[in-house]
Amino acid sequence: MCGIAGLFSKSLDVSGGLGSHLGAMLMQLSDRGPDSAGVAVYREPAPIGSSKLSLFSPDPDQDWGAVRDALAREFGAGEHELRASHAVIVVETDAEAAQAWVREHLPELRVMSAGQTIEIYKEAGSPREFIEAFALDEMRGSHALGHTRMATESAVTTEHSHPFSTGLDLCLVHNGSLSNHNLLRRRLRHEGIQFETDNDSEVAAGYLTYRLREGATLEQALEGCLEDLDGFYTFAVGTAEGFAVLRDPIACKPAVMAETDEWVAMASEYRAIAVLPGAETATMWEPEPGRVYSWERARV
Amino acid sequence: MSALGSGLDAQEIDLAVTPLRELNAALHAVGEDGPRHWRVLNPRGAHALAAGIDAPIEVDVEGHAGYYCAGMNKLATVRVHGNVGVGLAENIMSGTVVVDGSASQSAGATGHGGLVSIRGDASARCGISMKGVDIVVRGSVGHMSAFMAQKGRLVVCGDAGEALGDSIYEARLYVRGAVAGLGADCIEKEMREEHLREVAELLARAQADGCDPAEFRRYGSARRLYNFHVDNAGSY
Repeated sequence: MCGIAGLFSKSLDVSGGLGSHLGAMLMQLSDRGPDSAGVAVYREPAPIGSSKLSLFSPDPDQDWGAVRDALAREFGAGEHELRASHAVIVVETDAEAAQAWVREHLPELRVMSAGQTIEIYKEAGSPREFIEAFALDEMRGSHALGHTRMATESAVTTEHSHPFSTGLDLCLVHNGSLSNHNLLRRRLRHEGIQFETDNDSEVAAGYLTYRLREGATLEQALEGCLEDLDGFYTFAVGTAEGFAVLRDPIACKPAVMAETDEWVAMASEYRAIAVLPGAETATMWEPEPGRVYSWERARV
Repeated sequence: MSALGSGLDAQEIDLAVTPLRELNAALHAVGEDGPRHWRVLNPRGAHALAAGIDAPIEVDVEGHAGYYCAGMNKLATVRVHGNVGVGLAENIMSGTVVVDGSASQSAGATGHGGLVSIRGDASARCGISMKGVDIVVRGSVGHMSAFMAQKGRLVVCGDAGEALGDSIYEARLYVRGAVAGLGADCIEKEMREEHLREVAELLARAQADGCDPAEFRRYGSARRLYNFHVDNAGSY
């Protein structure tokens, strides 16, 4: 069992309180996932020509100033923004180059996300601890995904937590379990997709990364899951413009969606939506199995 | 089902201030002298709301409820003025559970008796393993509804999803709209006079207006899968 939540803002009010709304949703999903928690928040886009990295260090004494200085010397970089075990740094180069450089020169760090707007934070521990340690309440943004984890098939660590990055500005959260992930992981490695854990959800993320790299649209990649993934899943996928939801063809895992003039939300259980302003009168429905639902902000 | 009064004399419980367990404990302890009519405010998707009642009382839930609402109900009438999550009226024994909105998966699962009336849609596995409960859905039901159904009646005024009545035993299923597909050992059966009367009676009990019993088709067990043999009927 895990809990997932997504919130897409349609108003300045909701954007201004995005982190605190998402935190309230995660608190309601604590029973479904007391082991770990994580979020992907889409906010404060990096300037054109720059990109944003979310970095994690297992070392509590990590010298983030030195990391920032090294990136500044190589590419130019802004000040780092520290949140618990993670730091976000805007780098004056494209996301792929920045990510590759960190992986090569600072292998002790993990790149949790890379892109223009995405920031990923995740950690072992209860959702309440996570929300406080990462100061989630103060985050503003356009949309966000969250996850509370109850581990069923692999270890409880930061790296095993969700969301998983699936490419630039893309991420996945998963409720469920996959049964063909070992076979699929081997095949995807053969295609050059890298994996950092033995976690099944990371394979789903890797699968999406692979399909998108090969030219599929997000919708095509998700529809491919229906063919190629064996198991139970409700997925929520974050993109730079919005998010998408997919349930397995027999709908083993729960999901409910709701929409008002101010927001669109999805969650494993309605009680996580009930904490949002105006939830009582929201349009509400249960997403059908095997169908891709997506929301996008119009590109300006 | 008795008519609901004005609600002025109802015992009101606001879940924004009263813990859920306190409400359920009070409903369990209602006995013969406790309040006959209860109103629950601010349910906000709480789980196991009004579950386990064993008294002829009326409960109005003013909003959306979560999982297992009115589970194991006996004698009570529970009305939810909103939507409900997974497992509505699971293992209901008797009484009536009414939902104004829609229900998530496994509504009426394993129910032994009583009536579950859903005015909106019910999603997958509605009436799974039903054992005597009557379920009336004004809208449509999702896939694998009445899976392994053993006894009782399921009336669907809208459509039914894939694999309706898979591995069914002896429940009777009535669907007014389209059936996406029948499950293993589920077949369409003739609508005889007694079935038209049965549908009319169930629609009336559920106050589901605007449907003509003649528009429904009947589905049930072909009795090939569970090796039913009519010579042994007395043993079942």
